[in-house]
Amino acid sequence: MTLEDWANFSNNAVAAATAVLALAWLASVAQWAFGSKAVRVERAVAAAEPALVGGGSASSNAPAVDGPSSADREAAEERSDLFGRIAFSLTVLGFLVLLAAVVARGLAAERVPWGNMYEFATTGICVVLGGYLVMDVLMKVRWLAPIVLGFAVVVLGLSMTVYVPAGPLVPALDSYWLVIHVISAMVAGAGFLVGAGASVLYLLRTRADARGGAKGYLSRLPSAASMDQLAYRVTAFSFPVWTFAALISGPIWAEHAWGRPWGWDPKEVWAFITWVAYAGYLHARATAGWKGKAAAILSLIAFATFLFNFVGVNLFFPGLHSYAK
Amino acid sequence: MADDRRAPTNKGRGGAAPALSFLETLRWAWRQLTSMRTALFLLLLLALAAVPGSIVPQRSVDQRAVQAYFERHPDLAPVLDRLGAFHVYTSVWFSAIYILLMVSLIGCILPRVAVYSRALRARPPKAPRNFSRLPASATYETEADVETVLAAAGATLGLARKDTVTVTDDGAVVEGEVRAEKGYLREFGNLVFHVSLVVVLVGVASMSLLGYRGSAIVAEGKGFSNTLTQFDEFTSGGLFDTDDLPPFSLTLDNLEATFELDGPQRGAPRSFSATGTVIDAPGEEPRPFEVKVNHPLRVDGASAYLVGSGYAPVIRVRDGKGRVVFEDAVPFLPADATYTSNGVVKVADARPEQLGFQGFFLPTAVSFGEDEIPVSAHPAAANPLLGLFAYYGDLGLDGGESQSVYVLDKDGLTQFLGDDGKPLRLMLSPGQSADLPDGMGSIEFVELRQFARFQFSAQPGVMIPLWGVSIGVLGLVLSLTIRPRRTWVRARRRDDGVTVVEIAALDRVPRSDVAQSVDDLAARLAERTGHTGNDYDTASEAEPPKKDEG
Ligand code: HEM
Repeated sequence: MTLEDWANFSNNAVAAATAVLALAWLASVAQWAFGSKAVRVERAVAAAEPALVGGGSASSNAPAVDGPSSADREAAEERSDLFGRIAFSLTVLGFLVLLAAVVARGLAAERVPWGNMYEFATTGICVVLGGYLVMDVLMKVRWLAPIVLGFAVVVLGLSMTVYVPAGPLVPALDSYWLVIHVISAMVAGAGFLVGAGASVLYLLRTRADARGGAKGYLSRLPSAASMDQLAYRVTAFSFPVWTFAALISGPIWAEHAWGRPWGWDPKEVWAFITWVAYAGYLHARATAGWKGKAAAILSLIAFATFLFNFVGVNLFFPGLHSYAK
Repeated sequence: MADDRRAPTNKGRGGAAPALSFLETLRWAWRQLTSMRTALFLLLLLALAAVPGSIVPQRSVDQRAVQAYFERHPDLAPVLDRLGAFHVYTSVWFSAIYILLMVSLIGCILPRVAVYSRALRARPPKAPRNFSRLPASATYETEADVETVLAAAGATLGLARKDTVTVTDDGAVVEGEVRAEKGYLREFGNLVFHVSLVVVLVGVASMSLLGYRGSAIVAEGKGFSNTLTQFDEFTSGGLFDTDDLPPFSLTLDNLEATFELDGPQRGAPRSFSATGTVIDAPGEEPRPFEVKVNHPLRVDGASAYLVGSGYAPVIRVRDGKGRVVFEDAVPFLPADATYTSNGVVKVADARPEQLGFQGFFLPTAVSFGEDEIPVSAHPAAANPLLGLFAYYGDLGLDGGESQSVYVLDKDGLTQFLGDDGKPLRLMLSPGQSADLPDGMGSIEFVELRQFARFQFSAQPGVMIPLWGVSIGVLGLVLSLTIRPRRTWVRARRRDDGVTVVEIAALDRVPRSDVAQSVDDLAARLAERTGHTGNDYDTASEAEPPKKDEG
């Protein structure tokens, strides 16, 4: 294949991956919807048969009653599972297609495929999906699917607006530090995203719990405490990686390219702000009065500064990191 | 840690606010400043204080953007200027936060180091009486005697710090416990991380106080020596002495710039490279160098970076008497991506009148019509064209005020007019020359050269923050991954000859897997010592750990 062929292949594959992931997202939402229906039916059944309260598994031999029956619940449960499996398969497929797209982009440009904002978005989402799949193997995080997939589809869609054809790098980016610096930033970002997703669900769930028990799908999520724990764990993993990206490899590269390790360029300022915000989160987790809700909100603020650095700073602030164009 | 402590002055005074002595006030203030909450607050404040610098242009980053800002906001800019908004990162308030943070950090690290060094010498604590009160415990029975059990427990507990304490009755060991504690490296890593933050702050301060940075334009064939007068721009730290500029000099032989010739990214820069020779210090042998973007030139005590390039047409001017009064490569500063460049030529030696030229240079000129002003279509020099307006009179160089070489002071100058009465416009390609009206002289575009814009800088101590963060990250990883745990194994000989073994653990940092590991430990220990077959009982099983808690 010629370079042009690779470039075209990559563009088509990004479009295909976006479509597959959009379907995966729909399936994951359907999984939530049926899951929450199952919960509602279960409650209704339990209310109709006080004797069976608390006996979720006993409902299989429950006598038929008028209104919602345990058969309805099982049907909803089955559908929910089915859509869950569909969502997961499509996620794997979408990830593989996107991976192919990213590799092809690299072959077309004859360099690492993260030299401008379009590539940063596509490769970044590829890293996010890869990280999500790995984490699912390690700690069963499939309940995060709607958030992760929704984010992936939105970012892939928006990446079209900053599309540039494949080509060589501007000289300032032509350095092996680009490889190291950007990949570590993306890995950290993927972790931050998962942490933010878990924090959002944690906040929703604690609020629901406080209002007399989580209903619908929220009640099928892991307990608030364990979502909080997951958010902490991924953030605690990502924070050192981010430190490496923003405060070690970034400055080394900046020294090579621009003659100063740190120049308070807008991008650097915001990377620092993100770093401080996450350091604040880690402390908040360790400080008694700040545990839980306040810490979770802080982690969302921190993630917002991370996103702002990628989108806002690239587009609105002039600076040396001018790969937005 | 530090924030757990109460100021002792408040103790036992029932919360009333008695007048504090000066010393007490000082001590109270110190406590406040060195609490973790204050340090975090200062840190967040530092982050907030950094924001304006990403919105308002900074002098240290882009002087021209600051000027443009002043022009766009004539009312607002002076106010902002007084607040230090154009040099946020060296402003009084930013420095104040920075210094307070440093003091606060040091103040909270020192006591923690003391606490930690005591903890290192301390022995693992005694087991609590009642194991079932602890978050996780297990028990089983064995025929093995107490000493065997304790020895097995010691072996099974592995690398923890351990003490074995026994109670004897008639020379026979009847009861004993193994106390184990591990995870001391967590606090070590934590301290390393926080200390390294101080190191970074110190290193950054040293860099900016002791360093300098300047830029200079050097045309092909010309040289640069590292003295103050040769810089176009120069800034240095408060403690930098300009006599200490490292005495190197260099000559630029060739600047090579390549640009994309076609395709969608046509005109985009591809590579820049400057080659020449450098003399590290007077009297030393010249050595060749090549500077590229991302590949600076290192000389003793300083580095040179290629930060820009452009065109420097060699211009020769004769005055009205036919003498060559000017011959030099004149840098024209690029104003856009196609290298449409602006520049001026000042000929102070021309007689009878001084001469001045102002105009533009186009590397690849294209014209869309006879009377249209040509524009540049590509940054590479495929069709170089120099367009100049000419002036005569007084260049205003004698006033004593220093003048930018890129600006023509037109106060004392009169513009040459063409035959049509309009300002005279000279258009020259390399090798061409043009006469000025009234026998005032001539100007020739001899040949085209390029120039390199170098940035020269020294940042003493640049490695300090780098090492600081790198070691700090390692400490951070330790402190985030290591989880301290205390474990106790107690064995008691019952009168019926059976030994009851109890195991319990307590985490300093709560974790969800503690019950599981206590059960594991009990199982492994039971295997080593043998057990009576009475199924061992784990207190933690009474309250089964929710799987999803982990
Ligand atoms: C007076 C100042 C400070 C004190 C007393 C302090 C105290 C602590 C303590 C006790 C921990 C351990 C938390 C735990 O065991 O989970 C911690 C962790 C941490 N500190 Fe600080 N800190 C201070 C300042 C700072 C500052 C200025 C930063 C700047 C970023 C920082 C960054 C961190 C980070 C990233 C952690 C996470 C490591 C962990 O969770 O163990 N600290 N700090």
